[in-house]
Amino acid sequence: MTQTIVIAEMNSNAVHPSTAELVSAAITLGAEPTLVVPCTDAGQASGAANMGAANIIAAKSDAFAHYDASAWATALDAVVPQGTIVTGASPQSKDMAARLAARRGISVVQDAVAIDGDQITSPVYSGKAMQTVAIGGPAVVSVRSNVFSPAQGGASDVAVLDTTGDVATSVQEFMARASERLDVSEANIIISGGRGMGSPDNFSELEAIADTIGAAVGASRAAVDTWDAIPHSMQVGQTGKTVNPNLYIAVGISGAIQHLAGMRSSKYIVAINKDADAPIFQHADYGIVATWEDALPVLHSSLKGIMG
Amino acid sequence: MPNIVVLVKQVPDTNAKIVVNGGRVDLSSVKMVMSPYDEFAVETALKHKEAAGGEVTALTVGGNGAEKILKDAKAIGVDHIVRVDAEGEMDSNALQSVLANAVAELGGEVVYCGKSAADTGAGSTGPGLAERMGWTSVSNIIGASFDGGVSVVMPSGGGNAKVSVPLPAVISCDKGDLKVRKPNVKGIMQAKRASVDVRSIEVPASTVSVVNHALPPAKPAGKSYEGGAAAAEVAQLLRDEANVL
Repeated sequence: MTQTIVIAEMNSNAVHPSTAELVSAAITLGAEPTLVVPCTDAGQASGAANMGAANIIAAKSDAFAHYDASAWATALDAVVPQGTIVTGASPQSKDMAARLAARRGISVVQDAVAIDGDQITSPVYSGKAMQTVAIGGPAVVSVRSNVFSPAQGGASDVAVLDTTGDVATSVQEFMARASERLDVSEANIIISGGRGMGSPDNFSELEAIADTIGAAVGASRAAVDTWDAIPHSMQVGQTGKTVNPNLYIAVGISGAIQHLAGMRSSKYIVAINKDADAPIFQHADYGIVATWEDALPVLHSSLKGIMG
Repeated sequence: MPNIVVLVKQVPDTNAKIVVNGGRVDLSSVKMVMSPYDEFAVETALKHKEAAGGEVTALTVGGNGAEKILKDAKAIGVDHIVRVDAEGEMDSNALQSVLANAVAELGGEVVYCGKSAADTGAGSTGPGLAERMGWTSVSNIIGASFDGGVSVVMPSGGGNAKVSVPLPAVISCDKGDLKVRKPNVKGIMQAKRASVDVRSIEVPASTVSVVNHALPPAKPAGKSYEGGAAAAEVAQLLRDEANVL
């Protein structure tokens, strides 16, 4: 059995729950995964308990205070055992996975959605095809969230290892997001608007629903390109963000191949569009042929009732 | 004055339909273009040159067919175009090794690339190349400025951070608010006449090999409704059937 190591997915100095899914993926690849938690204080590793790992290492370094690719790869390389390494597939984790793999002179396979023995399947061509590869030795594998069921049980004791990495980049300033709203790349529910919304002002209807159900607000490229008030950071699709939420609600979005590429792997898709022939309906679990003016007020009041 | 290298890759047009034949993606009838994020990398590289001087070299790895995107880069203003002559499947380790040798041969001091290629979507090349060179790397940048050194804007925590990047470095580019320049007639004529510097670099063996390609499983037909009033039923089903609320 290949030794497997999981690098914990971190969010605001805490172990993100999706880390238990990575442990599950690592168990599929080999036995007895070791879970390594990059942290500045060993207490931050407490959340790694009972996530199914055979043992837990808190890799403690000031270098983990904010992300610097070179420093993270150096600091992790020093404490991560040899073997196949599993990481998350957030943009930062994929970056770190590639750097760590190169540091060890091994290959990296990104965005795994299925693992069978040494064969790993990932979406390619923006999800228009699936590619299965065989890894002929140790590799670094990043794993998409919402694919593997979380592992449970296992170790709860944490061994602390100090490590270091030289931070080369320096942050001049942090710029908070203009809105307090969740980013589409972090949300489990997303409601997105397209050019069918008619005007950027009408996105307030989407925001109101988002506030009711704890969703992020996204947009199609057509909306971002047409209206300056809709920033690129909201764009879901091939030249925007690839998202994988539990629920994706597309409003006034026709479903261009560009957009589908960024959201087709969402677990459930709701489409609201006045054009019954819009391609988005072929990908929807629930499709409503209606104008947003007719559908959104009903949707909002029903959701308010359900969410209590 | 920096020696700037920008990595470009030929990929299927992102609007193309992808066909699988005999367990492999069949690109024989697909139009090939420069990967969209690489266009942002070329634009950023040209802006760097405009601010700091130096020269920009566009570099690709591939067969003869890959020279079209080098000409496209030449038409919008890069100084030199280089192709490493190598075809066939390469894993990340093999490709990055080839690129590291090519960048070293070219004497590059800063490398720009797209945040990921539109075919694999992996995004491994930039950070992997930087590690091999022992360089700094920043990824997914949405802006860059060149006022006394290189600063980039990139996502960080819940917002964005402005980060200064010491060179040498590999900088991988997201879209941001960048407008990509279009070629003019003079540029197109120059690109036609330009010759591609073809290099030969040894490709190490790959340990990761492609087993097969397949189309994604078809999604079963969903439920469809007419009229906005149906949104009430859909909302209830999201709770009771889909269990996502």
